[in-house]
Amino acid sequence: MEGTIPLSYYITVSAILFTMGALGVLIRRNALIVFMSIELMLNAANLAFVAFSSSYGVLDGQIFVFFVMTVAAAEVAVGLALIVAIFRSKHSIDVDQMSSLKG
Amino acid sequence: MDSMLILFIILALASVLSALGLLVSRSAVYAALFLVLNFACVAIFYLLLGAPFIALTQITVYAGAIMVLFLFVIMLLGAEKLPKGTSLPWQRPLAIGLAAILLFEAGFLLFQRLQMTATLAQPDAQVNSMEAIRSLGLTLFSQYLLPFEVTSILLLVAMIGAIVLTKQEKGASV
Repeated sequence: MEGTIPLSYYITVSAILFTMGALGVLIRRNALIVFMSIELMLNAANLAFVAFSSSYGVLDGQIFVFFVMTVAAAEVAVGLALIVAIFRSKHSIDVDQMSSLKG
Repeated sequence: MDSMLILFIILALASVLSALGLLVSRSAVYAALFLVLNFACVAIFYLLLGAPFIALTQITVYAGAIMVLFLFVIMLLGAEKLPKGTSLPWQRPLAIGLAAILLFEAGFLLFQRLQMTATLAQPDAQVNSMEAIRSLGLTLFSQYLLPFEVTSILLLVAMIGAIVLTKQEKGASV
């Protein structure tokens, strides 16, 4: 048992990080920090992917992490462009201010 | 208690505390730097799990490219000087309660339904060699070739979308 770490420890850390990301989305009002919390959630899912991949001895989990990173990069580019566009029109990135569609 | 477990616990504490710092920090710049620390911790987790390629991609793509983009936008917007708006009084306790339910639910499902008795051995020197990265590349370019090509289209669409969204319309605002 020398030098081994149970798989459940990694999954626990991943679940805690995911929950904190979800909490950040719920309690923060700065759109940039909400966005960073989403990155934190993606990262927690990646950690679980790699842990299971390492546990089962297959590479597919690592390949999925690669794809998730690509999607995250695309998401960040479009999302930050949206935030800049919203800031230009409303001069605020407070998510509570983005209520123009409210009837 | 062997040395790998101690290292794991230190890293787990650092990653959870940096995530907590992201949640509570007032300034967006500090939040971004806490997130960089969190990404670095997760990259070391990947190294412990025997995924050196993913660890390096994590550092270059997440901690490098994505966070520089974030910091750039924070500087551009001056968003750290966000005025404190009126807050809903029940929002924070409700959010913490919901997060606690989520954590309980995730833990319950993961540990009740999955029989996770496996322990992960510390990767030997064989894992951190060129051979592991070569087999990863072979899998990526044979079994997952179509998804790989689709991601290139996704990146192209994202690039065009970012340019179109931020383009100043000259003379179009009539």
